[in-house]
Amino acid sequence: MKSKIKELEGKANAIRKLIVKMLAEAGSGHPGGSLSSTEIITCLYFDVMRHNPKEPGWPDRDKFHLSKGHCCPAVYAALSLCGYFPQEELMKLRKLGSMLQGHPDRRTPGIEVASGSLGQGLSVSLGMALANRIDKKDSRIYCLMGDGEIQEGNVWEAAMAAAHYKVDNLCGIVDYNRFQIDGKTEEIMNLEPIVNKWEAFGWHVIQCDGHSIEELLSAFEHAKSIKQKPTVIIAHTIKGKGVSFMEGVVDFHGRAPSEQERQIALQELQDLDLEEGAA
Amino acid sequence: MEKLYARDIYGKTLVELGKQDPRSIVLDADLSGSTRTSFFANEVPDRFFNFGVAEQNMMATAAGFAASGKIVFASTFAMFASARALDQVRNSICYNNFDVKIVATHGGITVGEDGASHQALEDINFLRAIPNMKIVIPADAPEARDAVLAAANTPGPFYIRLGRSKVLTLADRGEFALGKGYLLEKGENLAIITCGALVPEALAACRELNKEGISPTLANLHTIKPIDEELIVDIAKTHKRILVCEEHQVIGGLFSAVSEVLVRKFPVKVDRVGIEDRFGQSGVPRELLDFYGLSANSIAQKAKELLRQ
Repeated sequence: MKSKIKELEGKANAIRKLIVKMLAEAGSGHPGGSLSSTEIITCLYFDVMRHNPKEPGWPDRDKFHLSKGHCCPAVYAALSLCGYFPQEELMKLRKLGSMLQGHPDRRTPGIEVASGSLGQGLSVSLGMALANRIDKKDSRIYCLMGDGEIQEGNVWEAAMAAAHYKVDNLCGIVDYNRFQIDGKTEEIMNLEPIVNKWEAFGWHVIQCDGHSIEELLSAFEHAKSIKQKPTVIIAHTIKGKGVSFMEGVVDFHGRAPSEQERQIALQELQDLDLEEGAA
Repeated sequence: MEKLYARDIYGKTLVELGKQDPRSIVLDADLSGSTRTSFFANEVPDRFFNFGVAEQNMMATAAGFAASGKIVFASTFAMFASARALDQVRNSICYNNFDVKIVATHGGITVGEDGASHQALEDINFLRAIPNMKIVIPADAPEARDAVLAAANTPGPFYIRLGRSKVLTLADRGEFALGKGYLLEKGENLAIITCGALVPEALAACRELNKEGISPTLANLHTIKPIDEELIVDIAKTHKRILVCEEHQVIGGLFSAVSEVLVRKFPVKVDRVGIEDRFGQSGVPRELLDFYGLSANSIAQKAKELLRQ
């Protein structure tokens, strides 16, 4: 277990470096939420989910849907590290003709459904979960939402429906970094009491440190054991996690790092690798 | 000829499809009795899902089903299918080019007594501009069946608009082919192009005009998208005047679609019968057709004006 956690932490750091590099190269995009969701995405793609990069359409795969589509750099990095497409594609992010669009698009191997317009992904995931039930598949659906995103009414329509249909092959994750574009969620549109809200809608709620691989793995395992109702993991995270000058800085919700910022960020992440190695 | 509810035929056709194809899924948003998806719900309950009064969730969930290889029929009133859930239809369904067939009932002014909030008069405008979307407005119940079957057998998203009221079954209808209109009357000088509930009105207008020695051509252009450019250009080449009639705002519907073709390919004088950029109101369908100038008499008047120009 210890070595697995170490390995996943290494993957997460590799994803962070790729996020910084590809966003700097693209010159635009969303580092804050990509960095806050890195461990969640790492755990899913490198441990929790059953999937096959050589056969993206494998019928029995677990499916991941990035409802907070703007954080696709983290998913693109994970997909490339898994082998869905060559890593050099990452440097074409947001460029004309690229398979890596500014928000997820089905032209990318491994992307199930396009997203970007917030609030729709939990519904899309519910459709996939109900389809699995009809087809008697035991595979699971994972849907990552942003915290600001759950201000969309459509999310709660989906939450109500998933509980009504007792969907237990669907696991939602809220990347609770407490920031949205205009500022802190508690100032722009307060989400609290977030746990009570999901519970009131009939969901099983698990809270965890969204940067602890150990806690995330145990949360995903716990979620699998919940029957007759959907589960949501409220992952407490830090926006911009891993890069000192981005952490908790709202400006980096939707601004790419400059060349100088790129160098400092990569140095910090490199140092983290060394520390981990030493420890 | 008999008058039928197109939505009854829709419900029956769904049951047939459901029994034939295990991939078919039907969704509704608390209007299954009105849209007749209840027929499917009764016969194939395992593949029917009612999402309550939540059209946005229904449309995005439809996308998720389609992503898993299902052929999804999603129904509600035209007002809510188009306007309420427009972003979900655009971004979750059409952008992904998913097999979601939206069959909306209660389209147009003939919804009647419920009034303006429920009279979808802009739906074609909203949906026509979205890439991948195909749009059909059947003229009668058999054509509704043809359209639903065509949608089931053609990949990608569809919007099929049905009315609330019973519609007259056409006596001599052309064979249905998606994207291909057909002529109901062959005449000269003036051609009337229409679809949906205004087909019987236009036919009646032709009878009135015949009495005055005018014999218009009448085309049923049931598929709004992809529009039948060939038929429109053929008509333009052989007629001096074209009158487009529709149960929709004059902005963005059939009149716009036909004009867009003519302006580029063969400009002729075109006019319109439609809702003139205003909201509807309560009333019985017949009164509303008269009041808003969509009835046979108004079409005949407009045709004569157009011929005098």
